[in-house]
Amino acid sequence: MSGPSTYEPQTGVERWLDSRLPIARLMWDSFVDFPTPRNLNYWWTFGGILAIFLVIQIITGVVLAMHYTADVSMAFDSVQRIRRDVPFGWLIQSLHANGASFFFLAVYIHMFRGLYYGSYKAPREVLWILGVVIYLLMMATAFMGYVLPWGQMSYWGAMVITNLFGALPVVGEGIREWLWGGFSVGNATLTRFYALHFLLPFVIAGVVILHIWALHVPGNNNPTGLSVKTKKDTLPFHPYYTVKDGFAIVVFLMLFAAFVFYFPDVLGHADNYIEANPLVTPSHIVPEWYFLPFYAILRAITFDIGPISAQLGGVLAMFGAIAVLFILPWLDTSPVRSMRYRPVARWFFLIFLLVCLALGWCGASNPDDPVLGTPLTFVTFAQILTLYYFAYFLVILPVLGFTERPKERPASIEAAVLGNKPATTQPAE
Amino acid sequence: MKTLIRNLAVLAGALIGAAFLTAAPAAAAPGEAHEPEPHDWSWEGIFGTFDRQELQRGFQVYQEVCAACHALEQMSFRNLGEGDGPFTCFPDPNASHEDDGHHAEPLCYDNPNDNPVVRQIASAYIITDGPDDFGDMFERAGVPADRFPSVYANEQQARAANGGAYPPDLSLIVKARSGGAEYVRSLLLGYHEAPEGVTVRPGLYYNEYFPGGLIAMPPQLSEGMVTYADGTEATPEQMAHDVTAFLAWASDPHRVDRNRMGLMVLIYLFIFAVLLWFAYKQVWSRVEH
Repeated sequence: MSGPSTYEPQTGVERWLDSRLPIARLMWDSFVDFPTPRNLNYWWTFGGILAIFLVIQIITGVVLAMHYTADVSMAFDSVQRIRRDVPFGWLIQSLHANGASFFFLAVYIHMFRGLYYGSYKAPREVLWILGVVIYLLMMATAFMGYVLPWGQMSYWGAMVITNLFGALPVVGEGIREWLWGGFSVGNATLTRFYALHFLLPFVIAGVVILHIWALHVPGNNNPTGLSVKTKKDTLPFHPYYTVKDGFAIVVFLMLFAAFVFYFPDVLGHADNYIEANPLVTPSHIVPEWYFLPFYAILRAITFDIGPISAQLGGVLAMFGAIAVLFILPWLDTSPVRSMRYRPVARWFFLIFLLVCLALGWCGASNPDDPVLGTPLTFVTFAQILTLYYFAYFLVILPVLGFTERPKERPASIEAAVLGNKPATTQPAE
Repeated sequence: MKTLIRNLAVLAGALIGAAFLTAAPAAAAPGEAHEPEPHDWSWEGIFGTFDRQELQRGFQVYQEVCAACHALEQMSFRNLGEGDGPFTCFPDPNASHEDDGHHAEPLCYDNPNDNPVVRQIASAYIITDGPDDFGDMFERAGVPADRFPSVYANEQQARAANGGAYPPDLSLIVKARSGGAEYVRSLLLGYHEAPEGVTVRPGLYYNEYFPGGLIAMPPQLSEGMVTYADGTEATPEQMAHDVTAFLAWASDPHRVDRNRMGLMVLIYLFIFAVLLWFAYKQVWSRVEH
């Protein structure tokens, strides 16, 4: 951790434990005395919010697992039994299903915050990469979880996504059969998805611990992007950020509760209340909202590129859209972290944010429909947006580092906070 | 505070955007089906409740009309007498002798197994049970714990009996259609002469709310088709409204409980948030930030 430990055991028991397993020392240094930049804004509260949601998902998920039956002939009915007959099952199920959506909402805000303030740059590359690993694991977990209720969208979503792997050359067919456990999505697929859906959240929890470890070595980034220079730049994590995160968590939970209790189905799809039927394809297969931008990228590649078929091209583009995040720390060549001081980059960032939202819109729409009555179809629109998505990472950020002239930055975090005012009060410690 | 409001506004915007994105495919349903007609329901809004009279009439329509072809697989008879169900409370049949029945207290039962109306409804069904000690299946009268029996032995039989069409199970129908209760009600009332240029094959009917316009279900609700026990006039609109209300309850029987708890949770979280806000202000008042 940054700096020497300030933990002082108060009692005999604490001293005894500290010389054998210094876990109280670890907690103290990580979550009480941890020096945190004093200028963090509300966008920094989403880390705490995400931790809370991981816990909510695991607790509700374990309870649901006690009542759920992973068998194609019973899965759909067992979810209905949970919602109708299990005491408070309707609450647990709604918390879990909507919890997934809010987990993704929080993680997207957390990631865009990192993109805007340059939190992926040195010395936080490993922290960022671990975050992308968590995001990938979340996507896999959420996808497999959505299959479990065994509704029409569960089944056909599983069919579409597993078929993507079949598009890979040579190994594709084999991987697809291995995922299915047979020659189609069936009972073997459901049981293995259930086992993995139960396992992966604990893997996520493990990587989250690494993520926090990797955070506590260089310490938090902050809205100025400046490195912490003196003790005056920081405040102890507790009570300053425990209370601020606590407030943000409760406000976010209010939004969550509004959906859980009043709009439990708004973020889902009506077709998933119809039991899976391999003989009836829904007219419009769409994934959950949090996958829509990637779904749009997948469908945007409608043309062959040399030996790469359109289908394979779509799959590569979709996975590439996530893979590019792994190398982002080395693509952005600017030495300035925060886009507060990058007058050109911040506009490209804003466009990037809008492009991601628009890709989600494309993913939800029929590719051949016109966009708002214009001659442009959604598939063409998605192609333009996909081009920008990749250009942002592969062209704009690398080039801007050389061409952009950053604005003047304050001398330190303390100077940024205080402006020209002399410090009148000192942090009470 | 300003940044807080701004951040909340951004969050709300993102959520509305997400809701809009998921709602979008509903609008782009295939076929040129009409948007369902808007309608007011008693259970809508934060303080909405199910209207028990409505649910009782709706169950009567289901039982006398829909149940000929449509199952209610997820439901047991006992559900009719649980929570907000139609027969948890009902007018006391003996009360009218004493005080004209106007101000009679309804009879309510906590346990549907004791509820005479639920028991009577269940006992009218023949349930196949068994095997008995000799290995034979036998038939008996239903009890509240039994499921509503399926109408057909299997899907093939259902299709054979309905000109190839499969009457869907109704226990989730209001949730399983993107238009919800409005769609179900509109569909029941949406039969018209086919517009010019649309050929209606024998066995199909034109319904402007059905995706594609051609539905295998014949029009069902005709004037006075059922005789309501409470004397309400059985117009097609009334029956469509009542049976949709019953099916909406059947799709989501805990809806009112959920809304009631939601209000408590939101009030609790709001008070908690206010306290944390003041704690936050107090803690941070000591430092420049």
